[in-house]
Amino acid sequence: MKHGCGPFFFGGTQMATYDWFFNALGLRDWCDAGTSEAPMSMADLLAETGNAVEEPFYAIPFPSLDALNEACGQITQTRDVVKGLEEGFLAIRPALRAILDPITQPLSWMLDGTLYLFTQAPWFLIMAMLLLVTWYATRSVSVMLFNAFCLSFFAFVDHFEPAMETLAVILVCTVISAIFGIPIGIAMSKSNRLQRMVIPVLDLLQTLPTFVYLIPLIFLFPIGESRLYGIAITLYAIVPIIRLTDLGIRLVDQDVIEAGNAFGMNARQKLSKVELPLALPNIMAGLNQTIMMSLAMVVIASMVTAPGLGVLVLRGIRNLELGVGLMAGICIVLLAVMLDRTSKAALSRIDRAKSKTS
Amino acid sequence: MLKNTPKVKLRGLFKIFGADDKSVLPHVQNGMSKEELLEKHKHVLGLQSIDVDMQAGEITVVMGLSGSGKSTLIRHLNRLIEPTAGEIVVDGEDVTQLSQADLRTLRQEKMSMVFQKFALLPHRTVQQNAAMSLDVRGMDKETQDTEARKWLERVGLGGYEDHYPSQLSGGMQQRVGIARALTANTDIMLMDEAFSALDPLIRTDMQDLLLELQLELKKTIIFITHDLDEALKLADHLVILKDGAVVQQGEPQGILLNPADPYIEDFVSDINRARVLRIRSITNPLKSKKFSGDVDADDNLESLIALSEGDTALTYRVMSDGEPIGELNMRDLVKALVPRISSTQAA
Repeated sequence: MKHGCGPFFFGGTQMATYDWFFNALGLRDWCDAGTSEAPMSMADLLAETGNAVEEPFYAIPFPSLDALNEACGQITQTRDVVKGLEEGFLAIRPALRAILDPITQPLSWMLDGTLYLFTQAPWFLIMAMLLLVTWYATRSVSVMLFNAFCLSFFAFVDHFEPAMETLAVILVCTVISAIFGIPIGIAMSKSNRLQRMVIPVLDLLQTLPTFVYLIPLIFLFPIGESRLYGIAITLYAIVPIIRLTDLGIRLVDQDVIEAGNAFGMNARQKLSKVELPLALPNIMAGLNQTIMMSLAMVVIASMVTAPGLGVLVLRGIRNLELGVGLMAGICIVLLAVMLDRTSKAALSRIDRAKSKTS
Repeated sequence: MLKNTPKVKLRGLFKIFGADDKSVLPHVQNGMSKEELLEKHKHVLGLQSIDVDMQAGEITVVMGLSGSGKSTLIRHLNRLIEPTAGEIVVDGEDVTQLSQADLRTLRQEKMSMVFQKFALLPHRTVQQNAAMSLDVRGMDKETQDTEARKWLERVGLGGYEDHYPSQLSGGMQQRVGIARALTANTDIMLMDEAFSALDPLIRTDMQDLLLELQLELKKTIIFITHDLDEALKLADHLVILKDGAVVQQGEPQGILLNPADPYIEDFVSDINRARVLRIRSITNPLKSKKFSGDVDADDNLESLIALSEGDTALTYRVMSDGEPIGELNMRDLVKALVPRISSTQAA
């Protein structure tokens, strides 16, 4: 017992660092009664063969679950806790699925339908449609020319179909984010309590590593169903539009709101005639961010079967096919610039209309 | 005009800002000062024991320095601010007792408001802004357009219907604000420092416009200002506020000639009395037989000084509607021009 803390043999039972703690509390009997039947860890095996490496005194382990388990069998090991988490999740899974299945089903339909439309319609029709939408949203020739160039480039290098798949997914997820995000943002702007409750959730959604979303979703939804990645993308992308709708409405000039009150507007009129129009530039900025975050996430979500350019990037990584990955990367960058330019141009068109007015 | 049935009647109005205003109200009613209330109870005294009658068809001007509670007071009339205690009676109806829906109806149909910072909707055209009140009431587009057009024309903005507010100057924006209030076609107009944000020349224009409109429309106007010249020019009834309480109220010429306390003396000492005071206010009963000439009772003293060419020996006969109502000696006129300074201040 040179260092006083290395494992050693005593009466056939291995001594552990924290034995003294349970001894001091008089819990030795209780501990020994519940000796773990869990399979031995590698460290235990090594210790039993007597080949244990002498550990210096500063190697005293943190009193973690595993370390305490060595001293007292009643304490669960970390792997049991992990297992418990898994079992708990699997136990509530049927209930969760029973609720989530029907309400998320439309998302699958929307994604599948849009994907079908974008991949099956003739290329010239899609191009024409997208350019028309661009023109309607931006009224800018330069943005339209740039978009035409990008779309032609995708087609020219035979990446049109994956690019359109990616675009279709982004489109659906952005629409869903707007449909849910704007009302949530409005509700938050009206209630400080709701705002205090929702903001931590938004912070969580934004700071969680993107991969972490995917794990519970894989167990909740059958792999291969498009809502799996639809939900992952929407959860990630909905945050900015909620935040900026809330902010935008809170920033509306109080004088104008007071005028609305003074002329007898009810809450609905104030919202539709004053607050939403004046908050529109901020809401549009949120929409732009939502689009960009959808794009970021749709690439990562290719790990859970999201179609499109992300699949090619993933193939590039898995098979070390550098060229495939790079070409897909270039297309993603172009798509990103395209979406950003278009939504920014639409935003500035609204700002122009407003600055003409404010 | 029936003097005994005011259009708007404020009785015992108190406003205390803070979380628990009702419970500290008794302290204020027992005479606790604004400073003491803030220090001891962390509540801010907004208004205390306001009693004001506002007559139909008159311009009531509420004047005071910043922080005197005048903007708070005007917002009580349409309950943009809830009173702590007291009555606000409009046309015999206590506004404080109205339900939210009735309150909205009152705001739509009885009172319109003009704001210091215009508060126009930036994304709507001038015409849409002017029609806002009718839009809120759900009137059809055609009525909205004709009414808005009519009043925009009336305030001198014909031809600007399709502009946006930001394309107009401050003075023109406030004309839109006035047109918006007029389009609402309400008996009562609340004007919260409506001309304070405008430069002096434009302000004079707007005051003239308001007086001209008032001659024709006879609305009950409650006008807030911190500018005494403006107050004296517009007021039929002048209310002077200080620290949330009424210091003096009455006919403006009377306040000018008989200020109730040093605060008001201070106020009125800077103004050009010759321009503000009317001959009527200092007319004496007819005694003399011989006059240097006839003057109108509603002219100001400045015009009489010009007429007399500074000769203090003259006496004029004062006429109103062609009838002689009194006389005015130029020496009395000169005396009236000297501001009364209270003994405490003079010492």
